[in-house]
Amino acid sequence: MLVFGFWTTKICNTRNCFNKIVLIALFSLTFHCNGFASIVCPDLKKILTKFDSPSRWFMLGKKCKVPAGARERLKEAIAISEAMSEHAQKQAARYDLLLPEDAGFLEGDEDEDTNTISQADIADAVDITSGSKYFNLHLSQFGPYRLDYSRTGRNLLVGGKKGHVACIDWQTKDLKCEMNVMETVNDVKWLHTEAMFAVAQKRWLYIYDSKGVELHCVKKFNDVLRMQFLPYHFLLATASATGFLQYLDVSIGKEVAAICTKMGRLDVMAQNPHNAVIHLGHPNGTVSLWSPNQKESLVKMLCHRGAVRSLAVDKTGTYMVTSGLDRKLKVYDIRAFKPLHSCFLPAGASCLSLSQRGLLSAATGEIVQVYQNVLGSNPVSKPYMAHRLRGQIWGLAYCPFEDVLGIGHGEGFTSMIVPGAGEPNFDALDTNPYRSHKQRQEWEVKALLEKVQPELIGLDPGQLSKVDQASFEQRHKEQIEALGFDPLAKDKFKPRTKKKGRSSAGAIEKRKRKVAHEDQRDEIRQSVQERTEREKELKEKSNEKKLGNKSTLDRFRK
Amino acid sequence: MQNENLVQISFFNQLMLVHPRKKQNERSEASVQVSEYFVNAEGTGDKVNLSDLLGTVEKTSGASNKTKKQLRNLQSSKETLELPLNKQQTEKIQRGIAYEKTTAEVSCWKNIILQNQKAEQMVFPLNQESSGPKRVEQVVAGWKVQTPLEQEIFRLLHGSRQPVNDPVLTPVEEQSLKAMSLEEAKIRRAELQKARALQSYYEAKAKREKKIKSKKYHKVQNKAKRKDFLKQFDEMVKTNPEGALEELKKMELSRMEERMSLKHQNSGKWAKSKAIMAKYDDSARKAMQEQLQMNKDLTQKMVVPSDDEHESIEEGLETVPDFVNDPETVIDPVNPWMRGQLTHEEPEVSCVTAEEVQTAEEENEEEEIIGEFERKRKLSEVVEEDVVEVSDKEEEDEDEEEDVSEFNTLFRLMRSEKTREGSNQTRGGLNTAGEEDEEGLLSEGQIRVRSIEDLEVLDEVVEPRAIEEPSAPQTAAAEATSEPPHKKKREINLKEVLTKEAKAVRLPFLPTVVDEEERDEQISIIKEAFAGDDVISDFIKDKSRQEAAGRPAVVDLTLPGWGEWGGVGLKPPRWKRKRFRIKTAPPPPRQDQKLPDVIISEKRTASVASHQVSQLPFPFQNTAQFESSIRTPIGSTWNTQTVVKNMTKPKVVTKLGAIIEPMVKEDFIKSKTTAAGDLVFLSNCPKKINFIIFFLLQTLSSIFVVSLLGCLLNVPT
Repeated sequence: MLVFGFWTTKICNTRNCFNKIVLIALFSLTFHCNGFASIVCPDLKKILTKFDSPSRWFMLGKKCKVPAGARERLKEAIAISEAMSEHAQKQAARYDLLLPEDAGFLEGDEDEDTNTISQADIADAVDITSGSKYFNLHLSQFGPYRLDYSRTGRNLLVGGKKGHVACIDWQTKDLKCEMNVMETVNDVKWLHTEAMFAVAQKRWLYIYDSKGVELHCVKKFNDVLRMQFLPYHFLLATASATGFLQYLDVSIGKEVAAICTKMGRLDVMAQNPHNAVIHLGHPNGTVSLWSPNQKESLVKMLCHRGAVRSLAVDKTGTYMVTSGLDRKLKVYDIRAFKPLHSCFLPAGASCLSLSQRGLLSAATGEIVQVYQNVLGSNPVSKPYMAHRLRGQIWGLAYCPFEDVLGIGHGEGFTSMIVPGAGEPNFDALDTNPYRSHKQRQEWEVKALLEKVQPELIGLDPGQLSKVDQASFEQRHKEQIEALGFDPLAKDKFKPRTKKKGRSSAGAIEKRKRKVAHEDQRDEIRQSVQERTEREKELKEKSNEKKLGNKSTLDRFRK
Repeated sequence: MQNENLVQISFFNQLMLVHPRKKQNERSEASVQVSEYFVNAEGTGDKVNLSDLLGTVEKTSGASNKTKKQLRNLQSSKETLELPLNKQQTEKIQRGIAYEKTTAEVSCWKNIILQNQKAEQMVFPLNQESSGPKRVEQVVAGWKVQTPLEQEIFRLLHGSRQPVNDPVLTPVEEQSLKAMSLEEAKIRRAELQKARALQSYYEAKAKREKKIKSKKYHKVQNKAKRKDFLKQFDEMVKTNPEGALEELKKMELSRMEERMSLKHQNSGKWAKSKAIMAKYDDSARKAMQEQLQMNKDLTQKMVVPSDDEHESIEEGLETVPDFVNDPETVIDPVNPWMRGQLTHEEPEVSCVTAEEVQTAEEENEEEEIIGEFERKRKLSEVVEEDVVEVSDKEEEDEDEEEDVSEFNTLFRLMRSEKTREGSNQTRGGLNTAGEEDEEGLLSEGQIRVRSIEDLEVLDEVVEPRAIEEPSAPQTAAAEATSEPPHKKKREINLKEVLTKEAKAVRLPFLPTVVDEEERDEQISIIKEAFAGDDVISDFIKDKSRQEAAGRPAVVDLTLPGWGEWGGVGLKPPRWKRKRFRIKTAPPPPRQDQKLPDVIISEKRTASVASHQVSQLPFPFQNTAQFESSIRTPIGSTWNTQTVVKNMTKPKVVTKLGAIIEPMVKEDFIKSKTTAAGDLVFLSNCPKKINFIIFFLLQTLSSIFVVSLLGCLLNVPT
């Protein structure tokens, strides 16, 4: 058995650590970039080094060629923009040197399956700090647990079905707060920082701070079953038992959108980190994609014959993994909406989770299986790792930037070591696991300034960088719809009040009639004129034809 | 005519430009009688003819014949001069010429204006002098000799052939200097940058290292230091034998102390307690081993390497038996307690490199990488072993001794390397025999049971393995003769010795691939389960509904007319249907046309549209060009710091408080015409003297300066 992890990650200098790849891959920020050319996995890069110049990995979109007969100004504009983008690519490629860490991995001896290696063995083999990342929290009293890691991966939030909520700095095992809300807890979610979290309780949605003080009770959000937080939009998306998908802007505390999905109880939910689209799984085997800007689903896919049990979308927004009651596990290319492959899990997967580096964990009954290389065209054959637990599994989540999988189950919480799960290089300006209090505050301000508006959420995050090619009429129509009135409409004619009896009802009516339907009358007048002209022309032509080329004086000729 | 006109034009032009407004001086005739009452000129009433004036020319002999002839011709010619052009025409011509002139004048601005328009950034005021300290020459430039003192000084300088008037470099020289310095400056800058970066790295490293609290780290550090010290000691033996002797004495003293004390004998309270635990506890056993090792290291007798070559060889031969004396190969290879030398930490590290070399030869790249990882892991394990040690109480006491002991081991290692050549063969033979036995016995415990199947086959497997295994080490041992002597030997490995852990039986995890039969079964079960809700047909219905909604409806404009039947359920006649039912063009094909199990909404997202660009900006001809021009994001999230700065730099930069004056012609023309000029040779020394004088004059008294100069230049004052 060979375990190698990157657990010895050092604290990087905030300024120096610039992670281009991670950033581009992160969701919703890519709306400037075109397509997937910018997203390159580290492994692919290593292959590319042999063949290509480094700036190739960071290529953004296609180069534009200068047309042959172009004007001087156009030539210049294109040349400048091309030069600038090339410069940017090169610089980004140069900064790639600052990503020194490699991902961890686990390797069995000859004829030893890695999935037979127990967690205890791994914990023994690795260094003490990493070994301590395998631990169990025995919390059998308050039922199966849901969990969520904060974006930096430092803090863990667990919520028991029977009301037990606790947040822990899981690396130091420092309990930040613990309480029992004395109500059913359906889901827990960190908000943008580890200072606040949302708890979906039996009736309303509650927001607590890290000390467990109740900050808000949002009564507009009732019967919430699942939640997703979109960090760059500061949106908390909730799916409720009543079939409503609601968006709460946590930066201003306003409900951005409430969509009635008309799909029944919504208890399967995932977000696409690439474009911030919410995926919902339904009992009729479909998966629907939603944005807050459209009252109907963007896309609806029939994925399973039975109900959809769980969903996961990978970091790059390329793949979606679903599992259903028909006990199938399917991998979709979510860009083309095409299934890549499917496999049959005898027990079926109740929970799915994808790690930053594309490891898939599936909860099958009491066993958690981790699969490698699922995202791709090759079907899976056997799990990479496996771990048996006691009690039903309720929640699965990979810890960001760590080789750790958190499992919430009936008997409490288990933290499992999965070498190679986490992204070894973090972007210190975006999510810094080692950030100080001051840095967090600064980041918060910057993140709020760079908040992406919810209007920009859509299937294609690069939509903003495209020219809107809708016709004027179409845009005008949309404008009318949005405003509720026609901004270009003429004011209605209002006759002036005249004195000396000339403003009698009849007179006013007469005056109105004079200008009534003026536009229409203009049009009609014009069309009539045109018609008469045309007829005239026709007549002349026909006359000419009748007479041939003879003039009237021709008859006097002999 | 035209030619003449042109001539006239040029004539006018000359007139206009050479003497535009010169008044003709009044001519006054000189008269014989000068009176204040009247001015008289003789023959005032007569007309003067040309012939009158020229008549004298004919007579003068000095005039050339050519001119005379010309004059004669002029006289004889009958042609009259043409009338001068009228005022309007002359003015028109003048305007034309003026226009041409001014266009020529103004057009020289054209280039610079274009250039400035194109420039990515303009910095105002233009032609800013570079900030920072100026050269002395530039400061001195405006200075002229005025006072008698200065004159005297410069006379002196003249005496010594110094350039006085222009102490500053000529522009050519300056330019050449600049041109020369650019590349050099670049190189120098790069060097400086590198040096600075290195320095900062080094500083940061030192700072970080200073802060580290880890004992383990410092231990490793100390080890390295000791190694260094060892090297120094080696040199010291050669250079300063007395000092070396003293060091040796110190070591000897520590050895004596160790021999006297009961420390590290595993006889203390702690050791006894550990001895009880050692049976079960890996770490306790390790700790005990360590203690023994330390004792051994400390009590190892030092051998003074002498300067004499002959002696050293002899000693080397003498040291061979040291290993032979080791108990490890003698009695019971299985029992680790019978071995004196239990762990070899340092040797292990050293042999790794040799191993690596071997692997590099044998294996391909991948294996090499794996080997490297393995090595790292081993290293880390070694280091960990260092860490896991005895209890805290003892540790404090031990620190010093540890240092000494480790030094001793190192020393021994060094010595053994010296003597290796001699001892290689014998030791190799001994080792192989020992290893063989040992591995053969150990292999019994190595089978691990992983699953039920394994358990079942266990009986069959055990025997053949036990037979097979010893053969492998033999070959390994044969190879090992050429290998360095200290091979990794971890005698006590719980996992290998105790099979307790291997009994852990795991259920084979669920197969992912299921047989066809089972699959069919599953499908039938599922079909039963979901018999009620036909998911697929529901979905298809939904999709067709959506498609229908997307299709544009037919506009029906038929109206009932005269002579037609009225009532319910009547169809309008065919011609009417044909004429008044307007079909609109079919919409573009749906995105999900070829995806049967997907419905993609065709609705336009109007929310993004309000943020999008709706009209193509000026220089671009199509959307593709524009879109590609904005494809690179400019935010700091996607770009490096420098790129962001570069991309978002302002179009115009103005210096705060500076007056921005309109551009002058000289600003841009000057730069073109600085090529000419010859290089004036200026030696360095006089220049220096010039500056010295300048400053002395400003500061010191005049007499002193003069005398000082006299001394400097050896000129009598």
